[in-house]
Amino acid sequence: MPNRSSGPRVGLFVTCLADMFRPSVAFATVKLLEQAGCQVEVPERQTCCGQPAFNSGDRKTTADIARQTIDAFDGYEYVVGPSGSCIGMLHYYPEVFDPSDRYYQRALELKNRSFEITSFLFDVIGMDSLQEQLKQLQFNHKVTYHDSCSGLRQLGIKQQPRELLAQVEGVELEEMEEAETCCGFGGTFCVKYPEISNRMVSNKTDYISNTGAHTVLGGDLGCLLNMAGKLKREGKTIEARHIVEVLAGMTDIPAIGEADYDLAQQL
Amino acid sequence: MQINTPFFKQRAHDALHDANLQKALGNLKAGFPEKRAIAVSRMPEFEELRNQGRDLKNHIMEHLDLYLEQFEAKVIENGGHVHWARTTDDANQIILDICKQVDAKTVTKGKSMVTEEIGLNDFLEANGIQPVETDLGEYILQLRHDHPSHIIAPAIHLNLEDVSEAFHANHHRPKSMDPAVLMQEAREVLREKFVAADVGITGANFCVAESGSTIIVTNEGNGDLTQTLPKTHIVVTSIEKVVPTLEDMTLFLRLLARSATGQEFSVYNTLSTGPRREGDQDGPENFHVVLVDNGRSEMVGTEFQDMLRCIRCSACMNHCPVYGAVGGHSYGWVYPGPMGSVLTPQMIGIEKGGMLPNASTFCGKCESVCPVKIPLPKLMRHWREDEFEKHLQPKAARYGLAGWAFLAKRPALYKPYTRMASWLMKTWAGKNGRIKKLPLAGGWTDWRDMPAPQGKTFMQAWKEQQKAGEQP
Repeated sequence: MPNRSSGPRVGLFVTCLADMFRPSVAFATVKLLEQAGCQVEVPERQTCCGQPAFNSGDRKTTADIARQTIDAFDGYEYVVGPSGSCIGMLHYYPEVFDPSDRYYQRALELKNRSFEITSFLFDVIGMDSLQEQLKQLQFNHKVTYHDSCSGLRQLGIKQQPRELLAQVEGVELEEMEEAETCCGFGGTFCVKYPEISNRMVSNKTDYISNTGAHTVLGGDLGCLLNMAGKLKREGKTIEARHIVEVLAGMTDIPAIGEADYDLAQQL
Repeated sequence: MQINTPFFKQRAHDALHDANLQKALGNLKAGFPEKRAIAVSRMPEFEELRNQGRDLKNHIMEHLDLYLEQFEAKVIENGGHVHWARTTDDANQIILDICKQVDAKTVTKGKSMVTEEIGLNDFLEANGIQPVETDLGEYILQLRHDHPSHIIAPAIHLNLEDVSEAFHANHHRPKSMDPAVLMQEAREVLREKFVAADVGITGANFCVAESGSTIIVTNEGNGDLTQTLPKTHIVVTSIEKVVPTLEDMTLFLRLLARSATGQEFSVYNTLSTGPRREGDQDGPENFHVVLVDNGRSEMVGTEFQDMLRCIRCSACMNHCPVYGAVGGHSYGWVYPGPMGSVLTPQMIGIEKGGMLPNASTFCGKCESVCPVKIPLPKLMRHWREDEFEKHLQPKAARYGLAGWAFLAKRPALYKPYTRMASWLMKTWAGKNGRIKKLPLAGGWTDWRDMPAPQGKTFMQAWKEQQKAGEQP
């Protein structure tokens, strides 16, 4: 339903993994933004942030995709997405252009108004406007939180998801050992060096198990697909979810990699 | 030294299946990072020191020629000699010539990664001169004909049994598994070597331009015996180690010890300023400094100049999850871990070294602990750009990337394609919610399940929802 609020106009950066694997994460993000009073729109001309090209050394494709994304999100007060990694990529756009390029300034300007969802909610919207909604939620489980690398080290996201979670009734956060260590996903790394990636994600699932948590939460679907896939392969029953699913009260949807869920029948 | 970097994947595979190595790596992970964290937490101004270290090194690299020439002039003024070695061959020849001048039979060596880089030990042995490593770790490695797997803890990949066996085989003494006994044994054997050596070779952590001094930082004291007892002391170091003043040096000493071992200060910080002067109680009669370039000057003024800030503390590898999984030998040459992944392609060529800058998730932990804030992931990415331009990446990766790029640049095509891919994977998964085996995605599904998509893409579902909302 079109939102008629008078709050800031926000362009949703869907991210390709939410688009293809877990649309419910993008819907949860929309719900949270609308609850915060934003008018949310989804620009049609977005695809991927371009990180696979950037990290493979293909500067030309990276610049092409950056220009496309900059154009697609022109005019929005904020650009918000459910991933520290993809929003972090948007923050790299100024590096992609020569300062004399007309897209350079626009890239800088996009960087300044792009936010990962938990950081947008906590740092921009502010707790005062959110508390009432969050207090109505309930998630009666012990959870542990994985800090994804780009969100943590590039965007400084650490306290924001924890502060938001703390408002939800029933959530008991048990920190895992090495929460800040990479899970081994790394985009194409996990298929280029599968054995090393496997060791890293095995360490991670051990740390997750050691907490006795019912659910592992995170802010990036790349890491979550990796950790969920490993937990399932190991036969563990620990669930994996994106944090926005909890914050938007959408935990009735099966967790990542859990039994059948047909989006078409839910909408 | 033999280059095994192209075999990184196979070596990593072997390392992952080596139980002893994995145990040693586990100890490393629990050791250095924790000690560093404590040391840093005790020093509120550490972050500011890192900024100062970065800025000072940047200044030095902008004026490298100036400070090197000032250093050279001071060494000469102090009665020493400076030798410029553009290549590793030049460096080895210079060192051999000095050894021949004093008719050296044996040389003792302090720990030095630059001498590993130039392959000095093999070269000296081939020319009839016996080098003796005196750092305990390096000594153990030399007995085993092995090489360092870490830049400050060279024998970190070995365990007590390995050391015990190496000593028993070489010292012809009863086998012991008591570290204290082994330590004493090494002391006794090495003491004779120290006294007998004709030449002592050390590295240098820093070269001080204002005084012509070099400094070595050690925890064993072996470096002091190496450089003060023989008649000739040769310092083998590289051009980026120069710092303007003694005070500047102390900034880096504070950063180095904390970043490396979590110590506030290393046990021995020994300065060498020229040969023995009149009235000196000890010290060498001849003092030589060999300044090795080996590709470093080519990095000045390029995107890799930041790498020349490196002070060889090892914090990047101590915190690296990839190094922690596969250990230093997997990297196949002298320098392992993130700093090695940037430096190695520069020194052996990207054609042979390309595996290393790709073996990173860009998690950024290395950069976050680097005492001089080297943007290591960014520099590894620059190597990937170099590879991309030279078409060095595997064909499958290049074509895969090109196909993806074609779609990602065309939203109108991208949408139906992603819809189809989501639907296909969802159908493949059936009711399980996950895929056990997916064609062309063995890299993923050999090790973990692939969570199934929810069926529709968000773009598709969003559009349908918007349409439904518009209907009266």
